Amino acid sequence: MTALRRVLGLLGAVAIVAGIDWAAKHLGLNPYIYGVLVLCAINVILALSLNLVNGITGQFSIGHAGFMAVGAYASAAYTVYAVPLLFGAGYAVNPWLTAAAFLLAILVGGLSSAVAGFLVGLPSMRLRGDYLAIVTLGFGEIIRVAILNIDAVGGARGFAGVPQRTNLAWVLGGAWLTFAVIRNLMKSFHGRALLAIREDEIAAEALGVPTTRYKVTAFVIGAFFAGVAGALFSHLLYLHTNSFTFMKSIEVVIMVVLGGMGSLTGSILGAILLTALPEVLRFASSLRLILYSLLLIVLMIARPQGILGRRELSWPKRRAASPTRPTLAS
Amino acid sequence: MTPLLSLQGLCVTFGGLKAVSDLNYDLEAGILGGLIGPNGAGKTTVFNVITGVYRPTSGAIQLDGVPIQGRPTNAIAARGVARTFQNPRLFSSLSCLDNVRIACHLHGGVALADSILASARSAREERDILERSERLLESFGLEGYRDTEASALPYGEQRRLEIARTLATEPKLLLLDEPAAGMNPHETESLMRLIADIRARYKLTVLLIEHDMKVVMGICEKIAVLDYGVKIAEGTPEAIRRDPKVIEAYLGEEV
Repeated sequence: MTALRRVLGLLGAVAIVAGIDWAAKHLGLNPYIYGVLVLCAINVILALSLNLVNGITGQFSIGHAGFMAVGAYASAAYTVYAVPLLFGAGYAVNPWLTAAAFLLAILVGGLSSAVAGFLVGLPSMRLRGDYLAIVTLGFGEIIRVAILNIDAVGGARGFAGVPQRTNLAWVLGGAWLTFAVIRNLMKSFHGRALLAIREDEIAAEALGVPTTRYKVTAFVIGAFFAGVAGALFSHLLYLHTNSFTFMKSIEVVIMVVLGGMGSLTGSILGAILLTALPEVLRFASSLRLILYSLLLIVLMIARPQGILGRRELSWPKRRAASPTRPTLAS
Repeated sequence: MTPLLSLQGLCVTFGGLKAVSDLNYDLEAGILGGLIGPNGAGKTTVFNVITGVYRPTSGAIQLDGVPIQGRPTNAIAARGVARTFQNPRLFSSLSCLDNVRIACHLHGGVALADSILASARSAREERDILERSERLLESFGLEGYRDTEASALPYGEQRRLEIARTLATEPKLLLLDEPAAGMNPHETESLMRLIADIRARYKLTVLLIEHDMKVVMGICEKIAVLDYGVKIAEGTPEAIRRDPKVIEAYLGEEV
């Protein structure tokens, strides 16, 4: 029963993703809008994964761009150097081989970023609040500067020659996967342990939750999906470390805060809004960035808890004749 | 018979301050013990050392004959020590149900991957945790607050929820830090009944810190009195009530 529903759900998701991709290609969607949609989905992955660390576990990290960079460069290097050896030089003529190679590249990006997340998380997850923020910021910059000095991936010239494989279907699939994983996690006792850490670490520990292990776990999962986003990003346009500066990390933090810390649907909304907004504001030409900042300020004054707060958007549930529950009996 | 909890020559110092010095105290299984003393006597420090929040400077703590000093707090909780706090430390923006469900953590056995894939095993376990938590809320008369944010509960109910939450870990030893603080006489009365009741029902050993003498003398069976980190008396409520050293610590020396 559940297995059947799961298979149907998976097939449905694949069908929707394929349908959107087909429609985008064949109904003459403006390539500019297509590009913005792809960026939206990549940012959704970033915002969701950062929300796991910042909003759900309550550990304020601002180094997400660094993990994205690890994933981007690891997967790009894999595609450029390792794939021709593994799949044979002429693999690109076979669409199935190409897709398999890209899927592996995304995995390589996610896993190498997860390893980086583990190495960074193990020492820094003992820190709290501002200290953790500073450390993650520092690590993010170290990673970027380190990559900038590796000549094999182009260094300061940027990494040229990465094939452009990313399309709407891939990024939508990635966003859906990220959402599904984090949502499932939050429905389990593992996810509730993360919430407990955000609420009261001492009480969580006293109830048997190994808090350090869970914080590192959340950080590693967050880094994995940042790496996936990076891998998708690196096979999209020209790859350069300038895309992964401190400003990119801040941008993702703003998406999470704006959508509502701890709300998954909020992160999706925040990511789409902040990606689309600068594009929508193009009519204002030179006033664009001023308007953008003003809108952010107004939004944060109007709703300091974020657009959704901690709530989730969901389809209204049909309540199957359940016995009514006594509410707030005083 | 080895006592359930045994503190042997326990010392805790913070810099030059001796918070607890050379404390010996045994608590046999099934006993309701009390820890009293004037403010700053080191009572909460003792709780923090037992639960692994602080590491003792010297001395040993044994639970069922197994040394637990210096172990991490979550490992000590896993061995069956649960506690409440002087000020309730609820997960305040989560529902009462989730507060209790989080405390079922030690019963969660499925791997992270199972949860992420939402496997049948994970679903079964979640059903089990849900059922267990709802039963616990019900037996504490909190089922009406199931989906209420914990911070929205009246103070007395918050304390009840905190106790319900500790029981979800299925402890052997329950440490209550001033459970009656801030309660009116009526609430205190029902708290005393509650403690006696859960102790019998869950076969618990309880150690409580309390300032309300009515509670301490009313339900405790073995009381230790701390003053400036030193144990000055130990015994039954009657013996403690008559002990000249205890009277001196609380009321001051007669001039």
